Amino acid sequence: MITIQNLDSGYGKLRVLKGISMHVDAGEIVTIIGANGAGKTTLLNTIAGLVRPVNGKIIFNQQDLSLFKAHQIVALGCSLVPEGRQVFATMSVEENLVLGGHVCSKKHGRSTAAGELERQYALFPVLKERRGQLAGTLSGGEQQMLAMARALMARPTLIMMDEPSTGLAPLIVMEIFRIVQKMRDEGNTVLLVEQNARAALGIADRGYVLETGKIVLQGPAAELIEDGEVKRAYLGRDYETITDR
Amino acid sequence: MNPDLFFQYLFAGISYGIIYAIVGVGFNIIYNTTGIINFAQGEFVMLGGMIAFSLLQWMPLPLAIAAAVAVTMVVGALIEIVFIRWLDRPSVLRMIIITIGLSILIREVALHIWGESIRALPYFYGNEITTVSIAGVKVSPQVLWVVGICSVIVGTLNLFFYASPLGREMRACAANRTAATLCGINTNNMVTLSFMLSAGIGALAGCVMSPITYTSYDMGTGLAIKGFTVAILGGLGNSLAAVAAGLLLGIIEAFSISVVPLAFQDAIAITILLIILFVRPHGLFGSKEAASLKEF
Repeated sequence: MITIQNLDSGYGKLRVLKGISMHVDAGEIVTIIGANGAGKTTLLNTIAGLVRPVNGKIIFNQQDLSLFKAHQIVALGCSLVPEGRQVFATMSVEENLVLGGHVCSKKHGRSTAAGELERQYALFPVLKERRGQLAGTLSGGEQQMLAMARALMARPTLIMMDEPSTGLAPLIVMEIFRIVQKMRDEGNTVLLVEQNARAALGIADRGYVLETGKIVLQGPAAELIEDGEVKRAYLGRDYETITDR
Repeated sequence: MNPDLFFQYLFAGISYGIIYAIVGVGFNIIYNTTGIINFAQGEFVMLGGMIAFSLLQWMPLPLAIAAAVAVTMVVGALIEIVFIRWLDRPSVLRMIIITIGLSILIREVALHIWGESIRALPYFYGNEITTVSIAGVKVSPQVLWVVGICSVIVGTLNLFFYASPLGREMRACAANRTAATLCGINTNNMVTLSFMLSAGIGALAGCVMSPITYTSYDMGTGLAIKGFTVAILGGLGNSLAAVAAGLLLGIIEAFSISVVPLAFQDAIAITILLIILFVRPHGLFGSKEAASLKEF
């Protein structure tokens, strides 16, 4: 679905990503884990076209994404749920979703986008309850759901999520990750960036470990979770006692 | 104050107020898509009047006005494309300085083209001594033109922003530019469009008001200050509130003549602006909730 080869990227003279190569196959949940400043967000922003790559290739469905602008990449079927949700705070929940359907209504007509809206309401019932409320007044978890639903409105084939668990209570995080799994089961492909490595590896098929702009480890999620280095650096020594309850 | 005089002041206030309102609405349009204040807004009004006046030599009045609006819209688009589009995430302060610079530039160009003399378009109906009688007060039919056309502009704009997909996309750009891009919206085009729209209604207002208030190369600054006061007074981004605030300011100014000398008229607007910025920065009609969710 998406293949990245030798990608270098960064801001101005600052090179954040150095020689990243990775791929995501259709129907997978792939997670990228790593500490703060490892370059996870930069990687997703580069794929989404918000940051221009310096070197290397991003091939998405046989197309080189570096030739497209950010708003065109969405139309190609690659959506990003950005870090910090980035909902339209001063607009209603429903308006947020309708805006997410911009690409869909342009490609398939308005009635298809309206049908898509109903699908999102079925997937996120709480958004239907709050449809008339200003998005900025939602709780963190609800805003995350809104950001996810808004991205899904574009009918992406690949959905990228940047730290969906940030600042959310553990129960809400579980709910969000359950929805991510459901999205995969419905045929979406998910590229998930997370600091919460344990939760991410728990639902992912494969994982990459990113450290200071380089991929240092990769493999099936089930193997990574047992890897001594990953355990030490990202899961914490006594993680089982905390999370397996 | 006798009733005749009262209504005379009231109508003068309404006709000036609605003009301030349109300039304020122009501020709002650009603010609503970009989050920036375009201080060259008053210059669009001046360009509308001046261009229509020049075109009048070759074509009838309605056509000249339509052409002036079109030309000013092109000017608005050019300003955005040449000076603003290529900036990478400019700060609010930088945008303010750029638009003030642009307003000075346009004014100087206008001085070069049209000189210092004051121009006026002919009255749309009748002439300067034609009057119609409303509530026992004689008012120029041009005042009715101003009020009518400006009301239509505001109504149409509100419908556009809140009921059309394109308007919603423009509001999305204002709320969160990155998020709008991630929804697949071409934000650059939305910004250009907002400059064109804002220039267009400014120019139209400039044409309608020209017969009564006249058009001169340096009228933009004063109008920009009044329009900005109105936009802030109503609550930035809210067009209907800007109209109410515009009428309020116009009427206050008109009645102030009976209390303080004419020369202090402009000081009144600035005093109101300062008080509002101190006491109610989200405006008279702006919601505190929505204001707290905005960056500026």
